[in-house]
Amino acid sequence: MQRSPGQIALALAIALFLGVFLIVPVATVVYVAFTEKSGGGVTLVNFLDFGRTDLFVRSFWNSVYVSAMTVVWASVLALPLAYLTTRFEFRGAMLVQTLGFLPLIMPPFVGAVAMQLLFGRNGSVNLLLDEWFDFKIGFMEGLNGVIFLQAIHYFPFILVNLSAALRNIDRSMEEAAQNLGSHGLRLFRRIALPLALPGYIAGASLVFVKVFDDVATPLLLNVKEMLAPQAYLRITSIGIDDPMGYVISVVLILVAVATMWATALVMKGKDYATTQRGGGGLARRQLKPREQVLAYAVVILILALVLAPHVGLVLLSFATVWSYSPLPDGYTLAHYTRVLGDSSVYIKNTLLYSGLAATIDVVIGGAIAYLVLRTRLPGRQWLDWAASTALAVPGVVLGIGYLRAFYGVSLPDGTPLAALWIVIVLAIAIRRLPYALRAAYAALQQISVSLEEAAENLGATKARTVRRVVIPLMTGGLLAGFVTSFATAAVELSAVLILVQSNSDAPLAYGLYVLMQTPAGRGAGAALGVIAVLIVAICMWLSQLAVDRSQRARGLDI
Amino acid sequence: MSKPARAVGIEITGVNLSYGATHVLKDVALSIRPGEFFAFLGPSGCGKTTLLRLIAGFAQAQTGKVLLDGHDVAPLPPWKRDVGMVFQSYALWPHMTVAKNVAFGLEERRLPRAEIERRVAQALELVGLSAFAERRPAQLSGGQQQRVAVARTIAIEPKVLLLDEPLSNLDAKMRVSVRRELRSLQQRLGLTTIFVTHDQEEANTICDRIAVMDAGTVQQVGTPMELYENPANLFVANFLGSANILDERCGVPIPAGKRLVFRPQHASLSVPESASLHGPVTHREFLGATVRYAVRIGDSEVLIETPFQSGSELRSVGDHVGVDLPPQRMLFLPA
Repeated sequence: MQRSPGQIALALAIALFLGVFLIVPVATVVYVAFTEKSGGGVTLVNFLDFGRTDLFVRSFWNSVYVSAMTVVWASVLALPLAYLTTRFEFRGAMLVQTLGFLPLIMPPFVGAVAMQLLFGRNGSVNLLLDEWFDFKIGFMEGLNGVIFLQAIHYFPFILVNLSAALRNIDRSMEEAAQNLGSHGLRLFRRIALPLALPGYIAGASLVFVKVFDDVATPLLLNVKEMLAPQAYLRITSIGIDDPMGYVISVVLILVAVATMWATALVMKGKDYATTQRGGGGLARRQLKPREQVLAYAVVILILALVLAPHVGLVLLSFATVWSYSPLPDGYTLAHYTRVLGDSSVYIKNTLLYSGLAATIDVVIGGAIAYLVLRTRLPGRQWLDWAASTALAVPGVVLGIGYLRAFYGVSLPDGTPLAALWIVIVLAIAIRRLPYALRAAYAALQQISVSLEEAAENLGATKARTVRRVVIPLMTGGLLAGFVTSFATAAVELSAVLILVQSNSDAPLAYGLYVLMQTPAGRGAGAALGVIAVLIVAICMWLSQLAVDRSQRARGLDI
Repeated sequence: MSKPARAVGIEITGVNLSYGATHVLKDVALSIRPGEFFAFLGPSGCGKTTLLRLIAGFAQAQTGKVLLDGHDVAPLPPWKRDVGMVFQSYALWPHMTVAKNVAFGLEERRLPRAEIERRVAQALELVGLSAFAERRPAQLSGGQQQRVAVARTIAIEPKVLLLDEPLSNLDAKMRVSVRRELRSLQQRLGLTTIFVTHDQEEANTICDRIAVMDAGTVQQVGTPMELYENPANLFVANFLGSANILDERCGVPIPAGKRLVFRPQHASLSVPESASLHGPVTHREFLGATVRYAVRIGDSEVLIETPFQSGSELRSVGDHVGVDLPPQRMLFLPA
């Protein structure tokens, strides 16, 4: 537990990395937003311009509206499922709980076009509705389409948090209410829900921020008047000297920070922690036959919605032509041969970039966790805070920051630093770092300090103790962190969208985005999407395996 | 709180309850009189809390009946039973103020606003917490939280009051004062009350009658004195106060299948020659008012407590002593 030169060098190296690749780009964005275009002093004129431009104000409110409505609809989907699975004997519960992983497997932009084909004005569902009942529903019209797609993808964040909170309420809390004459939905509303509120808010604010920052989903649905897409469009169409892209970026950061701050404010004093003092699990109620039918109907409807993007994507990837008909006209493998042939560079790039980014994350995350938990270096907490601020930086903002900060920096042969593919890797790594860091913390916290002290007592130096004791014991946790980072990096798009300079440097998510823009490319785009989903699903499974195995190994050791 | 119009009796007959393979309550039958302060006393896992939860409607028996005021409560869900329960953890809702907690049951009964306010004020007054109405439960001490839980329950004027180990989360000093408060409150309200505890002192000091439970069965029902003086079996004798238990090898004639049981303070030490029970002193503990000796008799060890008078001569470890036991203090209980 003392300082060694090696630790100090490590801390400084990490600080330098975070400084150059996180702090500098974000600071550059903020700086540009607050300086005059002609290179003058500090000014608010850009923000005034922002406020005077109808398009931006409209985009801002559209983003607020879409994010808020997504939270509302995601809650509508999540609430009944959380209530059903935590308070009733219900066979569908396992099914519902596994839904929690679906949004991790496929980000909403991947299924956007497929959903358009299923639920659009002339999509499968509306064609059938029109044929049978003579009406159509505008699921995918304008902003509604974004809300619909995002709600389906993100409601599990609310479901998982809310279910956990509901399960943690001491059962005497609800029994006391029953004893005093309350029951059913009224009991749920007056006691269970308020007590689970912190869990709900945690999930809801996460959904709000994610939707607010999303660039690709609105663009693929041809919705341009939202804030994050505007930042992207502004930079890519007008150029990196135009201050508006930076102003929008600052607004995006402010909204993310304000949401997190408001969440913390609401949660303050509400962390009731009523966990199971009275002992025993919750008494779950049996559903009456009629209620059971209703419950299954709700679960199946929601499950169908959740699976729709996946089903649509698979159909699209095998379709010859799919337009103005409920199902594709014919099926082919051509799209897969195409993406595995000449478009295989996307897949190769994705594996390379995600692998590098995940490695960087695990190394830096593990090092920060070690420095924070096992040393007394002054300022070590700052490393943690700095790495975690990446959570509040939208991908598009980071991309813009990289472009601006590194475009001026040239390599000896004259190419700007920002044009190199390694910059894409670094951006992805910074975006995923907070998650890898949490995994590393969890892994290290499970190792008793006495194991390290024993090694030192037997003559091992600090460095050798880390190498021979700490790292082997952390392997399982770090591996899980690596695989999760890898999987989510494989479908990262918003930062990538800005940074990709040529198709040959583009990862899969970018290729999918480009292909999906044209009707001719859709099939191939969907095939890429299916491959991406498979990569992520396999990684998630491997990560689970790694965690299980390391836990079992530790169980045997002790 | 006005006195309830009429206190209510509880009849429990032939109750069997199992959770899977675990038989938690076995043929339980009890009769609790109107207005009585009654205790379920037993070690943890004896089924006393389950029996209480059965009365409140949080557990379902496979056989048997629970009659409240002569009516079978089996068809009634917990929220229709009017049985007030104070939970071991108090179960105060942290998101509501003290007043809101107390008002909850009244609101569920759709009482008029003014009536609710009046009864909340009255209930808080009764437990001496009027000044804390707008506090949150987390801002109160353990004893105050317990009083809020009681106020919340009696505000609905329940037919009976159920207390699940209400003193277990309080420190030793608080326990004594709170149990007195509970007793005087129960006396004022005249409310039939059941008190679940594993602590015989708590049960003895405040309850009219006690049902001693072990392994899912009721071992004996009686007043604290009856149970102490005339325990029905070895378990009850041991659970209420300490008891010496000897079998037929001790030297005193004992009926077949029985054991000789006596309390430490009922015996005295004498010379070994005159006593049928005798043996060496193995331990001596000075307790102030009394001196406790352990004497080995055959394979067993008995405890003898003798009053201490200054100047009296104490026996030493190793001394061979006789144990004098008046015949009327000898209990012969089934083994």
